[in-house]
Amino acid sequence: MIKGIIGKKIGMTQVFDENGAAVPVTVIQAGPCWVTQVKTPGSDGYSAIQMGYEEIAPEITDEVERSRKVERRLSKPERGHLALLESSDKHPNRKQLANPVPPLRILREFRVDRVDGVETGTIVTVDVFSTGDLVDVVGISKGKGFAGTIKRHGFRRQPKTHGQSDRERAPGSIGSTSTPGRVKKGMRMAGRMGGERVTSQNLEVVVVDSERNLLAVKGSVPGAKGGVVTVRPAVKQASMR
Amino acid sequence: MDELIKSLEAPENPNIPELRPGDSVKVHALIVEGDRERVQIFPGTVIRIKRGGNNASFTVRRIASHGIGVERTFLLRSPRVEKVEVLRHAHVRRAKLYFLRGRTGRKAQLKEKR
Repeated sequence: MIKGIIGKKIGMTQVFDENGAAVPVTVIQAGPCWVTQVKTPGSDGYSAIQMGYEEIAPEITDEVERSRKVERRLSKPERGHLALLESSDKHPNRKQLANPVPPLRILREFRVDRVDGVETGTIVTVDVFSTGDLVDVVGISKGKGFAGTIKRHGFRRQPKTHGQSDRERAPGSIGSTSTPGRVKKGMRMAGRMGGERVTSQNLEVVVVDSERNLLAVKGSVPGAKGGVVTVRPAVKQASMR
Repeated sequence: MDELIKSLEAPENPNIPELRPGDSVKVHALIVEGDRERVQIFPGTVIRIKRGGNNASFTVRRIASHGIGVERTFLLRSPRVEKVEVLRHAHVRRAKLYFLRGRTGRKAQLKEKR
């Protein structure tokens, strides 16, 4: 049984639960995803399922136009991995999947305990989750650019008064004097912030809409609207609240 | 994208008529008392309407006993708002009637719309 899905963050809203209380949720357009590779201890040394999301140019019906677009979006090795290349005299043994998959823009891997029974080409939809499930959502956080120590590490600011000037948001001392004569490694200082992989843990699934492939989870999710997120069962299951 | 969010939204409450700032209303709100539910009526003047799908809300201001101003904000699509009665419309020239907060007595009265 596969439990995991790739999707796009749509945005936030609030919905009303059965008691009429407003619940803040993030809406995720998730799936359908196709299983593109099954990794086993025998083949790769560990168990995992690779899935792909977002078919490239499904709206283009013209076969030639479509393959041109696919060729622009996917490199030849990528197309070979998805078994989209046809066998010819020169290449008689092109890869075949158990079931064919469409050209997919995004590939992500999900670690699982056991892979038995999972075939490549299987379609995964939001139905793998049900309301009340606890999930982790992984995404790339919004880039904050070059951020100071207050925003980046939660330092406190210095006084605005008492003869101070130009030191409100300064980090303060970063070390001693000639002993040791250097700044310690790992000193928290200003620098690039955001734009990194972030996991929001233990979010409750509030809505599963298999008609529109929508998932709504309680609370916020890393990244900007339109950002790619992966949803998987919560790794650290909090005791049921 | 917006349509996808809209698809999750609750339907509009048919028992809430179109509200305007300045309306005198009676809000029938469900409140939970222990394991019992009952309807509480909150009368007052609509001083703010905020649009936005499921996040849409309106704020009602009333003068409680001893001239204490009380404001309560209701979510327009919340199932806890049973119905809203509009008693009269007032003639107002702005969307947010925050100026009423600084007024008491006769000065806080709004003229009825003809």
